[in-house]
Amino acid sequence: MLLEIKSLSASYGSIKALFDVNIEVAEGELVTLVGANGAGKTTIMKVISGIQRASGGSVEFAGKNITRLAAEKRVRLGISQVPEGRQLFTPMSVHDNLCLGAFTRNDANTKCDLDEIYEQFPILFERKDQPAGTLSGGEQQMVAIGRALMARPKLLLLDEPSMGLSPLLVDQTFATIKKLAKQGTTIFLVEQNAYMALSIADRGYVLEGGHTTISGTGDELMSDERVKNAYLGV
Amino acid sequence: MSAQFLQFLFSGITVGAIYALVGVGFSVIYNSSNVINFAQGEFVMIGGMATVFLSAAGVPLPLAIILAVLAAVIIGYLVEKLAIEPAKGSSVVNLIIITIGVSIFLRGLAQVVFDRNFHSLKAFSGTEPIQIAGASITTQSLWVIGGLVIATLVLGWFFNRTLTGKAMLATSYNKDAAKLVGINTGRILQLSFMIAAFLGAVSGILIAPIALTYANVGVMLGLKGFCAAMVGGLGNPMAAIAGGLLVGVAEALTAGYLSSAYKDAVAFIIILLVLFFMPSGLFGRKEVDKV
Repeated sequence: MLLEIKSLSASYGSIKALFDVNIEVAEGELVTLVGANGAGKTTIMKVISGIQRASGGSVEFAGKNITRLAAEKRVRLGISQVPEGRQLFTPMSVHDNLCLGAFTRNDANTKCDLDEIYEQFPILFERKDQPAGTLSGGEQQMVAIGRALMARPKLLLLDEPSMGLSPLLVDQTFATIKKLAKQGTTIFLVEQNAYMALSIADRGYVLEGGHTTISGTGDELMSDERVKNAYLGV
Repeated sequence: MSAQFLQFLFSGITVGAIYALVGVGFSVIYNSSNVINFAQGEFVMIGGMATVFLSAAGVPLPLAIILAVLAAVIIGYLVEKLAIEPAKGSSVVNLIIITIGVSIFLRGLAQVVFDRNFHSLKAFSGTEPIQIAGASITTQSLWVIGGLVIATLVLGWFFNRTLTGKAMLATSYNKDAAKLVGINTGRILQLSFMIAAFLGAVSGILIAPIALTYANVGVMLGLKGFCAAMVGGLGNPMAAIAGGLLVGVAEALTAGYLSSAYKDAVAFIIILLVLFFMPSGLFGRKEVDKV
């Protein structure tokens, strides 16, 4: 397993946000976690990337226990997160945002090779000297994904990539995610848009009240009555 | 332009350059932590006092300057390591109060290590003033202004061209995102204290031949530097430079045309006006954020 989360818990002060969360992601897989607003999806992401501390359980990455490792060190191990709400360095240029994504690579300063990113997202090439904050929501999402990819991650964490985007842009963003998965990137995707997420995922988990309840392949979950009723609106 | 006005302008720019260098130190630390470091003036004092005492002990001036700056940078590092880092996670107000404690401690320490007297440093290249359009400017003023110009160019290069500089800016814009691209934000804070100490010490050394230096010299210079940073817009190092020059020139003109008794009030009147009418400073960071 590339990522293995075992009976993980986390809290904000005295409020328990997560308990007994169990998730596995194998290399090359696209795994999604769906759940309602406030179920703790973003907290799980923050615990995996190290922004939020776990209060119990363990997070293992490529066989190494990283539960107590600092966030910046996890990036060096190969975990890259596209945070909720994109979190760009808004006053800095698109180019600088992308280059900072390669911060942990030793060749970052001399060789900020953006060709691959610009090939993936041609519009960003046109915007490369603009402050990232002046881009449209969809373009900003591309910058956020591009920035995360610049670290050449083994595992890409995507937190609510569809948030705040128009339906057309949501389709585009999911097409990009699908393409990245096809190219072999291991992806762990957290989404409120359960239908979209499950339709492209190899496997999925459902998070309810801070706790993983149902799991299965994307198709299994899409045809599961409980999931249908609660999250797919059918 | 009358010779008198030019004379006031020269002295204003000189002292403004010092405020600017101190102000940049405030901005750099604020950027990486949102903390106002009230021990900033003490870096100025350490630079000036250490140079005075080293050169009095027979160390050649250039070497004394290098050693004094080095000492200040090491102290800057230690302040972060021993006083700020252990309080990591505390509120910004607590951290600011810690820096006030550090400031008092360093002043006390200086009175023990150095002494309680006033000292003057020999001007770097003689005391013969240069005449320009009827006004005279000392060569030491040129050193001060040159120091500011070089510091501005180097800082501009550092923040816009180097990866470490960009990482510092990125940390100030979004700390969590900075961590997520692998930037060690704790290391960035250490670096910002060292840069602030460096700038403070350099300004303390440059001004020592013009104004006297003593263990408490950092109090007023620190406050003026704080004004410079606030007037320009906290968090923008280049704006602090403009703010410093503005405060310095305003001070010199007031002292010249009105009365030198009002000199120190000027900086604080400017700061009040700026805060009333342009709370984010004259060149405050413009938010370009689209959701």
